[in-house]
Amino acid sequence: MKFGVVVFPGSNCDHDCYHVAKDIIKQDAELIWHKHTSVDGVDCVILPGGFSYGDYLRAGAIARFSPVMKAVKRFADEGGLVIGICNGFQILLESGLLPGAMIWNRDLKFVCKNVYLRVENNNTVFTNLYKKEEIISIPIAHFQGNYYADGGLLNRMKDNGQIVLKYCSREGSINSESNPNGSVANIAGIVSKRGNVLGMMPHPERCSEAVFGNTDGLRIFQSVTEHFKKNIREAS
Amino acid sequence: MEYMAKVLIKLKNGVLDPQGKTICDSINALGFAGVYDVRVGKLIELKLQGKNEKDISKQIERMCNKLLVNPVIENFEYEIVGGYKRKNK
Repeated sequence: MKFGVVVFPGSNCDHDCYHVAKDIIKQDAELIWHKHTSVDGVDCVILPGGFSYGDYLRAGAIARFSPVMKAVKRFADEGGLVIGICNGFQILLESGLLPGAMIWNRDLKFVCKNVYLRVENNNTVFTNLYKKEEIISIPIAHFQGNYYADGGLLNRMKDNGQIVLKYCSREGSINSESNPNGSVANIAGIVSKRGNVLGMMPHPERCSEAVFGNTDGLRIFQSVTEHFKKNIREAS
Repeated sequence: MEYMAKVLIKLKNGVLDPQGKTICDSINALGFAGVYDVRVGKLIELKLQGKNEKDISKQIERMCNKLLVNPVIENFEYEIVGGYKRKNK
């Protein structure tokens, strides 16, 4: 299958994502400049981390209007797979492809560290290779990762199984101590109602090879290829 | 006609405002013990042209809904200052 990694002015995790797709899980991959108006030929779009447009106004608010985002929206509306990591997640929220919003971290600090996550839903395109409630470790690096959704939306997301990853302690407790940024309900990652769009603040591309001492992020990408293979088998 | 508009953007009630909270703590620490809530917003000043105030209002509301404001977490209000003259460079 083919991954397409979008490059915005200020993206800085684009090559990391490309590297994982191309060299680690050995799939086709291409970088897509944000001025492109099509994502044709791509099976999964990745919006990478970084500081698109300097995070001016609100993180992701300006990248949302890049020409490529119209194509990404069309692609997602048709059921295409989209992964937004960190700044990519912020862009997905700003563009309305995922519900909710990001605000400044609770402690007004840029937080850059490894965190523990609990897999809340392993029945998604992006997490099918994890065990239910498995505790994994993936690094975060952000200033605006404090996820906000009002009570009604939160309940709907819970009911739909849209909450995929939550911040937790090493033992798996989910509380304010194990919450690095103040996100409601310790939310670290969500999927769209239809399940084809994933947004997550942690960076799986930074822990996808043994040389980094942690490969917990790899199964995000492998889950996608697994899903893709299964779909092709079922179609034939 | 030339106008200036001041758009005031505030976090909705109920949305955590870490900046406001930190400023509140800091003000208290300086001895202003009576301060018990601080909320921080954004002020955007726009200089723009339009037919009349109604037209300017329309433009501003569209800009706010499209880009300047995230309606999930923010509210906005604005004030239009008429008779604004562009300064010659």
